[in-house]
Amino acid sequence: MALLDVRDLGVVFKRKGTRPFTAVDGVSFSVEPGQTVGLVGESGSGKSVTSLALMGLLPKRGAEISGSVTFEDTELLTLSDKQLRDRRGRDLGMVFQDPLSSLNPVITIGLQITEVLERHRGMSRKEARVEAAELLDRVGLPDPQRRLDEYPHQHSGGMRQRVLIAIALACRPKLLIADEPTTALDVTIQAQILSLLSDLVSETDTALIMITHDLGIVAGLCDNVNVMYGGRIVERAARHDLFERSRHPYTHGLLQSIPRLNAPRGEPLTPIRGSVSDNIEWEQGCAFAPRCPNATDVCWSEPPELKADDGRMLRCHNPVALGDAVTEGAL
Amino acid sequence: MTDETVTTTGAPGTDAVDTDAGAETVGAETVGADVAGGDVAGGEVAGTSAADDGAAGEDDVLVTVEGIEVHFPIKRGIVLERTAGYVYAVDGIDLTIRRGETYGLVGESGCGKTTLGRGLLRLVEPTGGRVVFDGTDVSTLKGEALRTSRRRMQMIFQDPLSSLDPRQSVESILVEGMRAHGLDKGKQSTRARLVELLDSVGLPESALHKYPHEFSGGQRQRIGIARALAVEPDLIVADEPVSALDVSVQAQVLNLLEQLQQRLGLTYLVIAHDLAVVRHISDRIGVMYLGSLVEEASSDSMYAEPMHPYTKALLSAVPVPDPTVEDDREQILLTGDLPSPAHPPTGCRFHTRCPWKQDTLCDTDRPELRDIGGGHRVACHYAEDIRAGEIGRHEVEPELVHPDT
Repeated sequence: MALLDVRDLGVVFKRKGTRPFTAVDGVSFSVEPGQTVGLVGESGSGKSVTSLALMGLLPKRGAEISGSVTFEDTELLTLSDKQLRDRRGRDLGMVFQDPLSSLNPVITIGLQITEVLERHRGMSRKEARVEAAELLDRVGLPDPQRRLDEYPHQHSGGMRQRVLIAIALACRPKLLIADEPTTALDVTIQAQILSLLSDLVSETDTALIMITHDLGIVAGLCDNVNVMYGGRIVERAARHDLFERSRHPYTHGLLQSIPRLNAPRGEPLTPIRGSVSDNIEWEQGCAFAPRCPNATDVCWSEPPELKADDGRMLRCHNPVALGDAVTEGAL
Repeated sequence: MTDETVTTTGAPGTDAVDTDAGAETVGAETVGADVAGGDVAGGEVAGTSAADDGAAGEDDVLVTVEGIEVHFPIKRGIVLERTAGYVYAVDGIDLTIRRGETYGLVGESGCGKTTLGRGLLRLVEPTGGRVVFDGTDVSTLKGEALRTSRRRMQMIFQDPLSSLDPRQSVESILVEGMRAHGLDKGKQSTRARLVELLDSVGLPESALHKYPHEFSGGQRQRIGIARALAVEPDLIVADEPVSALDVSVQAQVLNLLEQLQQRLGLTYLVIAHDLAVVRHISDRIGVMYLGSLVEEASSDSMYAEPMHPYTKALLSAVPVPDPTVEDDREQILLTGDLPSPAHPPTGCRFHTRCPWKQDTLCDTDRPELRDIGGGHRVACHYAEDIRAGEIGRHEVEPELVHPDT
């Protein structure tokens, strides 16, 4: 039984005077307890909107959400605000990209952590403070007692992100959603935070949804990876399968276009041509068709379905040939 | 507490302001020079070809930087301002850039790499040191001489949207610099030149009459590149040229930069935080930490054998999109954060986080950048001992983590 089951999730933004915009369309995936699932895509692929929809954080007005999100037999999308608030922070935690704007600048760090503990775990202020210090210690903040009385601006980006992780994990949630948690950080700090996240998640058996544009992060962390393009999942595979023989031309193209540390110098990159603005509507055909090297007539006229193929889910009429893909992987 | 506040907000703050100010400086300058500069710069054009067959005596070196320093004062008080200290953004750097090569400058935010690039072009005024560009000491130039010298040194900025004037058409953006430097010699030739420029960066002629907001991020960056190329520069300083772009578009711009270099014989100084990008594009790489260069080597040798502890940590921290590599990679995790550049540590600036720190020298003597063979320069007292394996990593300070355990 999956911990989280997302079925056919769709988000349409509507505003007076403009055409409705479909940000997420027919997204389905599930997360098992303790599993780490990646959601990868470029800006505009709908990965963040997916996570906000899961958490019920999209504005009531203007965003139309369809489909179903089941978390431990509870349908999240139909919960009232109050019921949702009980769940969020207790069973579901979230870490955002920008730690400075997700922390309240005029409230001490201590209070921001104890608030969660008092609200969800019914602790007294005193107990909560002791627990908060322990939490900060666990996420590797030196001198936690003193930190409790400090404000977010007194900390560096990496330290703030640790505080956010401490808040998110305060109630030992069963599922943690991390939306680009290290994008605002430097590489060495990113390495610290990623190793902290993966340690905490495996210690507490928390499931993790990792949302990122960085394929490198996914390669090291996730069990299962969903690649999104234009609001839909185009390929889903286990980590090794995806990186060693990517079948969707988009995934394949992305992997080919990244400069790598271990690649011999002087080899030109193979970019994906065009940009996201060239996309066609999914209703017409495959949104990636205008940029795809494999595109044929059918890609322009018939939207591909997400189908099981070669031990993975694939949304493509003309996937990358297996032979090519295997040599790519350098097994 | 207030003390900490000022320094922490002060350092990144100046950086952010710089970005805008820098863009404006370039714009304002070219506008101001519009009328007066015409014929003066005309002479400069003839100089271009002379520059190509090259400053004979100088070997093949295009830029020499000697002990460059950029210290920003920290001001206190409202009416009576006094200087309460300095942010040592760039603190004594020597480097040379050869003609036609790509020099990559890497480091984390706050290490001073952007300030170094700007100091080199005098978009911020260095507080010490010398910059020699093609035999001319640029650091003492003033007024008109400085302005005309700028033609040969151009910059590409990180954020193409904020560095392009939203109310100028692409044509006007491109022509502005040419006019300022007297390269606009009649409608016909300018028009032909503009089309050629756009073609070289892969944009259609129709782009001329559009405005920056009508383009995607990658296309805007191409306009930024075309603007730099418009005045036929020798050196292009590219500050994070691809970090604002999506992964699939990054490769297009990186390939374009390389093609242009081959065709036009350009020299690049590429400043970036992404090691993979720098490694891909650079011939030589310099690694910066807290305002100084800690290691410099050819791209291959830097990757094959990083010598400085900081470089080792940096390289080991980069996520690689290959699960097999990720699974059995040994990470060197640094503890703590970058110290404040307003109060840099004594001795070696990295000693507070260094897993190889020794009891002597490290916290007292600042190591010089020295050649340890094959043009590989490193600023570490114990580089040889670390290479020979005579010094081990500390057991306590760093955490050693395998990603999958």
